[in-house]
Amino acid sequence: MRSPSEKFIPEPERYEFSAGPFHHFELARRQFFQLLGAGIAIFAVAKDSLVAQETGPARAFHGEELPKEIGAWLHIGEDGRVTAFVGKTEMGQNIRTSLAQTVADELRVPFDSVTMVMGDTALTPWDAGTFGSRTTPTMSPQFRRIAAAARELLIAEAAKGWNVSAGALVARDAKVSNPATGRSLSYAELAKNKSLAKILPADEHVTSPNQWTVAGTSIPKADARSCVTGRHQYTSDLHRPGMLFGKVLRPPSFNATLTSYDDTGAKSLPGVTIVRDGDFVAAAAPTEREALAALAALQVQWKEVPQISSRELFSYLKQNASSKSNSDHQNQEGSIEKGLEGAAHRLDASYTIAFIAHTPLEPRAALAEWSEGKLTVWTGTQRPFATRDELANVFHIPASSVRVIVPDTGSAYGGKHTSDAALEAARLARAAGYPVRVVWTREEEFTWAYFRPAGVIEIKSALDADGKLTAWEFHNYNSGSSGIETPYVVPNKHTEFHPVPLVLRSGSYRGLAATANHFARESHMDALAHAAGVDPLEFRLKNLSDPRMRAVLEAGAKSFGWPQKKSHEGQGFGLAAGYEKGSYVSTFAEVAVERASGNVRVVRLVTAFECGAIVNPDGLRNQVIGANIQGLGGALFEAIEFDSGRIRNSHLTGYRVPRFRDIPQIETVLLDRKDLPSAGAGETPIMAVAPAIGNALFDASGVRLNHMPLVPNGLKS
Amino acid sequence: MPNPIHLEVNGKQYAVQYDPQTPLLAVLHDELNLTGTKYGCGEGQCGSCTIILDGSPRRSCQIPLIEAMGSRITTIEGLEKDGQLHPLQEAFLEAGAFQCAYCTSGMIMSSVALLQKNPDPNPMEIAQFLQGNICRCGTHLRIIDAVRRAAKSLQERAR
Repeated sequence: MRSPSEKFIPEPERYEFSAGPFHHFELARRQFFQLLGAGIAIFAVAKDSLVAQETGPARAFHGEELPKEIGAWLHIGEDGRVTAFVGKTEMGQNIRTSLAQTVADELRVPFDSVTMVMGDTALTPWDAGTFGSRTTPTMSPQFRRIAAAARELLIAEAAKGWNVSAGALVARDAKVSNPATGRSLSYAELAKNKSLAKILPADEHVTSPNQWTVAGTSIPKADARSCVTGRHQYTSDLHRPGMLFGKVLRPPSFNATLTSYDDTGAKSLPGVTIVRDGDFVAAAAPTEREALAALAALQVQWKEVPQISSRELFSYLKQNASSKSNSDHQNQEGSIEKGLEGAAHRLDASYTIAFIAHTPLEPRAALAEWSEGKLTVWTGTQRPFATRDELANVFHIPASSVRVIVPDTGSAYGGKHTSDAALEAARLARAAGYPVRVVWTREEEFTWAYFRPAGVIEIKSALDADGKLTAWEFHNYNSGSSGIETPYVVPNKHTEFHPVPLVLRSGSYRGLAATANHFARESHMDALAHAAGVDPLEFRLKNLSDPRMRAVLEAGAKSFGWPQKKSHEGQGFGLAAGYEKGSYVSTFAEVAVERASGNVRVVRLVTAFECGAIVNPDGLRNQVIGANIQGLGGALFEAIEFDSGRIRNSHLTGYRVPRFRDIPQIETVLLDRKDLPSAGAGETPIMAVAPAIGNALFDASGVRLNHMPLVPNGLKS
Repeated sequence: MPNPIHLEVNGKQYAVQYDPQTPLLAVLHDELNLTGTKYGCGEGQCGSCTIILDGSPRRSCQIPLIEAMGSRITTIEGLEKDGQLHPLQEAFLEAGAFQCAYCTSGMIMSSVALLQKNPDPNPMEIAQFLQGNICRCGTHLRIIDAVRRAAKSLQERAR
């Protein structure tokens, strides 16, 4: 089992990434203190191999460049204000709060004195992107170390001033005190007139989770008040002097090319700028309405190309799988043939998974402004540094001339990794000579972004007479290899991911292919349990050796009450469990099926989740419940329909998302393992929802559903 | 040059020069800089743009500007009075009823309208009333909790 801090390797289904060079941020130390004022700064090195450097006050910041591999930094000002900098972005997952708690906890300062500066390529360290549930496992330890180092530095300063040994002093409540004399100095006083900088990677002793005081508590979301007063500004709310509104002309279908173009009618409209760059055509105007009118005034023709439809999708995926297996994922242990020989029970089945859309409530947006050859773009991207580099490449300017700033964004769920809106706004702004804001419509968001890949999964399996797995052969076509390995004990297994040429633009989605792979695996395990006549929970426990997996299953079962006797017709119970990205989940579901109409209702969900030491229990609960609710959509009814290169349900009227009336009773059981490092929690909680519901539907109706979504039109018997 | 269209928003008078068919949302958001009311779909399907017009909750993306003329409009910005938050705003804060918070303005405005109509709604009635408001982050249960808290608080004040 991989530990959360192991090197992160992008999964193959992150198609939207390009493997770019590892760029580093260069902010001269002098600029750093100029920006923030005098004080104490600590920089954490991302790699562990560099040697620590202490700097003295005399030459601390005169024109020296910072070492390149910096992962995070922290500043304590003369006013006692603590500012922590990180390249991660806030999308509603509330890391702005949990990281500040981590800093406050280790530095021993009140939570309210910490400000996080996030996702700004001019101010924050380089970051690969906010994805993969990585923020907590990678940034918490770095901030712990730099906060601990800052604390030690402050203690050393006080010790020097009082001429006592540092060991005699205590740091607490934003001051250093000497218990023997009763004297104390606040951090603000200690930082006064100093410009000290220290670079780690020293192995500072950090506080163990059992002694956390600020971390580990349910502190409310930072900047919460602005969320309820309408004052918080998302990218789509920002305004710059002289700003114009941008709209892009979309082709009628994917892969269409422009064959004729006449902009005389549009160019002459007052205040309008038209840009044509190959097949990119866009307009900027003083209002959105005028920009749309300008596009409507263009005379254009497109050549379209034939493309497959969602009806042929699954046969297409199987037929077009690459004949060469993806070397990133093929795993073989033992011999499948041997495992299948003389098996007491055999089960082969095939599962299909539809394309689905992230549907973030704030559509993608960007505001771009050029000034003297330098570009600033505000945009809701999960990868500000990748966006910066893309902009620099496209406009042939150095990366240092581009600044990308990410305001706290109206959600993403893995869907905002690309720089589309940023590029569009920047192109228009350059042509117009004014700042331009581009906000995608909901239809554009459903069509021109990227989808969670569709897939076909085939499983061959066998059990012995004791109900133990003897063979497990698992093939995933197209959707991906996240979560593809079974957590169960099987002596003979073969797991393989088969890439397929892109059908629709695809990319990351919360949990990636783990949603598909868990659905297939856990539905199949349920079917095996029934074939063997064993209770589904007992069956899983029998085939497990991982104690953390066992713990979430038992905790979920206890809270849900498993097994339960049915009390009325149409009632069904199901469960599923999984492991991904260092955390463990189980979900138990109760459903009600109306026999006559086939209407399905999810009555109750219980999810048990364990991700090591919990940083903010309330924030975590929000993420778990939120992931469960989002998972309902992919489980029950979400599916993208397409043909001829067009998305047929590109509106909320045609693409159903979970709403208030769909919400079941939901309970969460959070297992807090203070003895284990904190893992991320943004994704794993979604994984067991679909199979738990599918298994409950089988229990209710005897119908085994091998497709996601399960019941887009109710349950037909 | 079209005649200016007069709007009353949060008790203030505005005169705007806009195509009369412009959605009210665009005027509030882009012209009057009342950015608390959000664009989520432009089709009245998500509730992010909810305002109160003459006492009723309405999706401002579905109201042409000319129809809003002469009406009393309240947006999220109009709830706070002299630094004092509306009980629903307080309740949303206490309940932690938001994650990315993009739906929050619309949720609060719809809830204001609900409590004006039904001062003591049960969770099912709240879910029914808010069915037109989408929360993709899945904070529904806390939103229902927030509305219940605000209902209680308002009833206590009324005593």
